[in-house]
Amino acid sequence: MTVAGFAFYVFALTVLVGGLFTVVSRNPVHAVLWLITAFIGATGLFVLLGAEFIAMLLMIVYVGAVAVLFLFVVMMLDVDFAELRAGMAKYLPIALLIGVILLVELGMILGTWVTADGVEMLAAPVAGEVQNTAALGMVIYTDYILLFQLAGLVLLVAMIGAIVLTMRHRRDIKRQNVVEQMHRDPKAAIRMIDVKPGQGL
Amino acid sequence: MYEFFTTTNLGIALLITGQVLLIVVPLLVALAFLLWADRKVWAAVQLRKGPNVVGAFGLLQSFADFIKYVVKEIVVPAGADKFVFFLAPLLSLVLALVAWAVIPFNEGWVLADINVAILFIFAVSSLEVYGVIMGGWASNSKYPFLGSLRSAAQMISYEVSIGLIIIGVIISTGSMNLTAIVNAQAGAGLLSWYWLPHFPMVFLFIISAMAETNRPPFDLPEAESELVAGYQVEYSSTPFLLYMIGEYVAITLMTALITLLFFGGWLSPIPGLADGIHWMFLKMGFFWFLFMMTKAVVPRYRYDQLMRIGWKVFLPLSLAWVVLVAFFAQYGAFWGTYARWTTGG
Amino acid sequence: MEDLLREYLPIMIFLAVAVALGLVFLIAAAVLAVRNPDPEKVSAYECGFNAFDDARMKFDVRFYLVSILFIIFDLEIAFLFPWAVAFKDVGLLGFWSMMVFLAVLTIGFAYEWKKGALEWE
Repeated sequence: MTVAGFAFYVFALTVLVGGLFTVVSRNPVHAVLWLITAFIGATGLFVLLGAEFIAMLLMIVYVGAVAVLFLFVVMMLDVDFAELRAGMAKYLPIALLIGVILLVELGMILGTWVTADGVEMLAAPVAGEVQNTAALGMVIYTDYILLFQLAGLVLLVAMIGAIVLTMRHRRDIKRQNVVEQMHRDPKAAIRMIDVKPGQGL
Repeated sequence: MYEFFTTTNLGIALLITGQVLLIVVPLLVALAFLLWADRKVWAAVQLRKGPNVVGAFGLLQSFADFIKYVVKEIVVPAGADKFVFFLAPLLSLVLALVAWAVIPFNEGWVLADINVAILFIFAVSSLEVYGVIMGGWASNSKYPFLGSLRSAAQMISYEVSIGLIIIGVIISTGSMNLTAIVNAQAGAGLLSWYWLPHFPMVFLFIISAMAETNRPPFDLPEAESELVAGYQVEYSSTPFLLYMIGEYVAITLMTALITLLFFGGWLSPIPGLADGIHWMFLKMGFFWFLFMMTKAVVPRYRYDQLMRIGWKVFLPLSLAWVVLVAFFAQYGAFWGTYARWTTGG
Repeated sequence: MEDLLREYLPIMIFLAVAVALGLVFLIAAAVLAVRNPDPEKVSAYECGFNAFDDARMKFDVRFYLVSILFIIFDLEIAFLFPWAVAFKDVGLLGFWSMMVFLAVLTIGFAYEWKKGALEWE
């Protein structure tokens, strides 16, 4: 077995084990940590495919950002998981039914899967001097300009949505207004009073 | 012998392991003295003596500390999640170290010469937040938990501006390979390095680097006066040592990154002098000194101020700079300083 | 292709060496140091009292907001990387297409600012 072949099995196993434990972990934080393990395995697989940019992106976006959000949410939720599990018996039949339906659908798709001619050619990395980051860069912004701009709009919607859903303005606290602070001058803020002895203010 | 190390799998693996040790061991030894220097500088600013007992001028202080750490008892809090509790410091050390694999020290002196080197460093440093969150969560204690949340929010906030500043440099170079970035700065010595065309970003990058590595004045997770020591409260012995080494290795990495991105790496500042690895170390040392002095003289930031600087000052400034650099590069302003691929640099 | 993988091999080995180093440190203390836990020693650090409840409590939704905004900007940076690398090849269309993309996100940023989502309170 070549080194690359060995690495493939290591990473593939990492993804599978990570995915399995994500599902079966009792502790939700552990589940997220296993999910991260699966992501890292997938990063390795992408590197083996020669897609180094996508691999790094997976690490930056999924592991470095999305999983942090998951961790925050899981840590913040404070859900009573014992209670959730208690309801499991009730929903088990429905869950099993959905599971079976999905499995059958997957089986049907796999059964009718036809690969087009010359797919292997497409799957192979572009030969030559062009690095794959640059190769991506050359098509995303020009050939796929519509999708690219739509992605921008999706991000905008996500930004606005997050704010609308979670923003609440607290009124019970003091805020710092930097501009106001900087424009305070001693003339307006300080009043000099000459207090005569024995008279007070 | 030569063939054994270049053709057989075992030989190649052994050769690479040797090279890795060649980076890690000097790094850790240098770290011992950097820690000492950090304390000395801090002490000197406060008119104290600092460590001065172990060895001449206290030079061996860090080694004594190391032995002390190793023979200390590991205390695991009662409610802690044991596995995650030990995984967290290990992770922060491993992540801090592994980024060094792609750092070039001299022309061709790089362990893993990957095309996406800078992206790799960015990715690894974005994972460093896990060491903090996991440590704080696993301890099951209030101070670590709050400290780790703060720290996580701080680290991710400053990562955005670090990313945007890096983009500006990449536009100028047209590559994410660190060697290519340094070579693009060759030419008229000091004046052709990126600090000049990317002038305001140098400061933003240094400050963001401090915030990203939880270095004072942004050491809020460790704010002794309010959070005792943040996520590290429950740690003792070598797990604490791992956190500390991880932190200092990450800072050293940041000095290397500042040197490579903006100050020409191993290039000599004066055109006549030979380039070489000594310039790289000299520059890194200088920025370490800057970090030490900042720790000594700048008071700690308040948390809301820290977040405001990150999101309301650094983010818009670095974003605007990316746009500006793009315009300069596109329309060839300043004699192609911002578009170095055209001049073959 | 093989060259590319050859460049990633050192990273894997570096990872292994770093993990080994960390484990050596951890095990060294576990072997060398005394272990003598007692209930007071292993209790969570508090100001004299025992903790009333679990330390993993609910916290401000603002942390969640910060991390979701971070994801969005991180994705924006992810789009910028290939653009910056291929800057010389994308031409005017690529250049302006990115400017429009950034403008759209700047609108979002301005909205955040106006709504006070960037203020920490």
